[in-house]
Amino acid sequence: MEASLAERIAADPNYQKLKSERSRFGWTLTIAMLVVYYGFVLLIAFDKDVLAARMGSGVMTWGIPIGFGVIIFTILVTGIYVRRANSEFDELSEKIKREALK
Amino acid sequence: MKTPILRAGALAAFLAAPVQGFAADVIEAGEKQATNWTAIVMFAGFVILTLFITKWAAAKTKSASDFYTAGGGITGFQNGLAIAGDYMSAASFLGISAAVMVSGYDGLIYSIGFLVGWPILTFLMAERLRNLGKFTFADVAAFRFAQTPIRVFAASGTLIVVAFYLIAQMVGAGSLIELLFGLDYWIAVVVVGVLMMVYVLFGGMTATTWVQIIKACLLLAGATFMAFMVMYHYGFSPEAMFADAVRVKTDLAAAKPDTTPEAAAAAGQAIMGPGTFIKDPISAISFGMALMFGTAGLPHILMRFFTVPSAKEARKSVMWATTWIGYFYLLTFIIGFGAITFVLTNPGFLGADGLLVGGNNMAAVHLAKAVGGNVFLGFISAVAFATILAVVAGLTLSGASAVSHDLYATVIKGGKADSASELRVSRITTICLGIVAVILGIAFQKQNIAFMVSLAFAVAASANFPVLFMSVLWKDCTTKGAVVGGFLGLISSVVLTVLSPSVWEATLGYPKGSAPFPYTSPALFSMVLAFLGIWIVSKMDNSARARIDRAGFLPQQVRSETGIGASEASAH
Repeated sequence: MEASLAERIAADPNYQKLKSERSRFGWTLTIAMLVVYYGFVLLIAFDKDVLAARMGSGVMTWGIPIGFGVIIFTILVTGIYVRRANSEFDELSEKIKREALK
Repeated sequence: MKTPILRAGALAAFLAAPVQGFAADVIEAGEKQATNWTAIVMFAGFVILTLFITKWAAAKTKSASDFYTAGGGITGFQNGLAIAGDYMSAASFLGISAAVMVSGYDGLIYSIGFLVGWPILTFLMAERLRNLGKFTFADVAAFRFAQTPIRVFAASGTLIVVAFYLIAQMVGAGSLIELLFGLDYWIAVVVVGVLMMVYVLFGGMTATTWVQIIKACLLLAGATFMAFMVMYHYGFSPEAMFADAVRVKTDLAAAKPDTTPEAAAAAGQAIMGPGTFIKDPISAISFGMALMFGTAGLPHILMRFFTVPSAKEARKSVMWATTWIGYFYLLTFIIGFGAITFVLTNPGFLGADGLLVGGNNMAAVHLAKAVGGNVFLGFISAVAFATILAVVAGLTLSGASAVSHDLYATVIKGGKADSASELRVSRITTICLGIVAVILGIAFQKQNIAFMVSLAFAVAASANFPVLFMSVLWKDCTTKGAVVGGFLGLISSVVLTVLSPSVWEATLGYPKGSAPFPYTSPALFSMVLAFLGIWIVSKMDNSARARIDRAGFLPQQVRSETGIGASEASAH
């Protein structure tokens, strides 16, 4: 890409918006994932009894839904990102492309 | 029976429970089984199908782009399945279900680690990779930098990851197929090596992708059926399944001498919560980092993002890949509990010593027989073989592209190699890698190589990921910084792994507790070292090259964000 074209695109308000919104969104979800996973790992490292505690009168423990929850969360959070990026962010970048290449 | 302990070591390496102590639970010796004809016939069917696909793919593989990326014409959904097929190894299927059968909840903790890297890869890397790269992740890392040093670094990182991953797969393939099919170890290794060479050599990325897609479908279908049958037996009540498993484990504990009923009940209930898998917080975090960021630095996975036509499809690929892999880990958990109640209670699956015939890694295989009879047993054995093939083909292709695209075309020919000669070099490399993999697979048969897959993840997290991340996201990063930091991460992760208990004590045979580096994974330390190295050296870099590197950031960022100028799918 030529430097002049890059500078022109970089000055486009749509580009600024795309870059800052996507970056904020991506990092927010990244931090959420880190908190959930390392929270889970550290919970086990420091207090195994929390997850081993029974939920009711049966053998089911809190650890099972929490562990499955981490897996479901991982899939959901990926889905949330991809959904927004493939609609809202892609529309923005289409706009930027049309603007830059006309 | 041949040296069961050594063979068990090899299988354990493949099943790659990189955490000490945990691995010991998974390792079991196995005897060669009687030749399993149902499995061999089904596997032959798979091979014939994939060879037809390879023939079809070969007709389409004309240029370097076809060879490395299937011409960029794979859809997001197909690529998602192929990524899942690349990632779900026989180790995850057999090893994790065995771990769940032995220690219950710990197996779940272990599998979660392999899943959590995918969102990170999605949020920070996937679309940027697609927008900047062409054939290899080095295209992205070297986008604005001096080509030669970065390519040499990236090719070293790729080849180290591929070599260790490949050896672990080959050794595991030999041991596993010996167990499942009753073939000799060396025959199994040669069969895997030859088939993988044929796929990659003639069919390139197109054939590799379809082998991975078919394998993913078969594995997901087989695992779904097993989990369904287990849940069906319990009227789809998780509580009923868990209660039965706890009862089985309690009875097993009570059968041991000098066990009070209270102790037996506690041992039974222990499978429902965390056990010994996570010990100290530093090991836990370090190991988690290796898995999480290693996923985003595995060259054969990163390469798959160049096979789709756009950033949108790249995102869809990870979405599907994450969904399938997550679903698969949920299934393995149910399969592991099914193995407790169906397999551990059935004398037909137990030897005279009360242990599983063929070792604990046969948990899922025995369960297949318990829920689906001999034909389904043959199916699952054939799927395990197919699984190995799909993984090694992807690895070989990635190693070949590092040599031909990064080293030959860019470093040696200065970017002026024509497509035909680049293609020739990749094919020669594929043959060399295949031969080396077979030789090393046979040479390492009797070695304890439990560290190899965790080393591959540690190097990917500590060398490939930091360089990729900083080159794409940090404007002040320079060639010198990336190379110095990258090699710091590479060397420190390898050295610390050698000094850790899994190599120092388990492989080199020094006494227990003598390992100079006491933690299970080096990633926490080697990743910090790599990032610090990149940051400090880049900050201090005032060379002329550094000015070019920094000036290149804006055009790179614009392209990575918008996809303007990104390489298009080739027309077919």
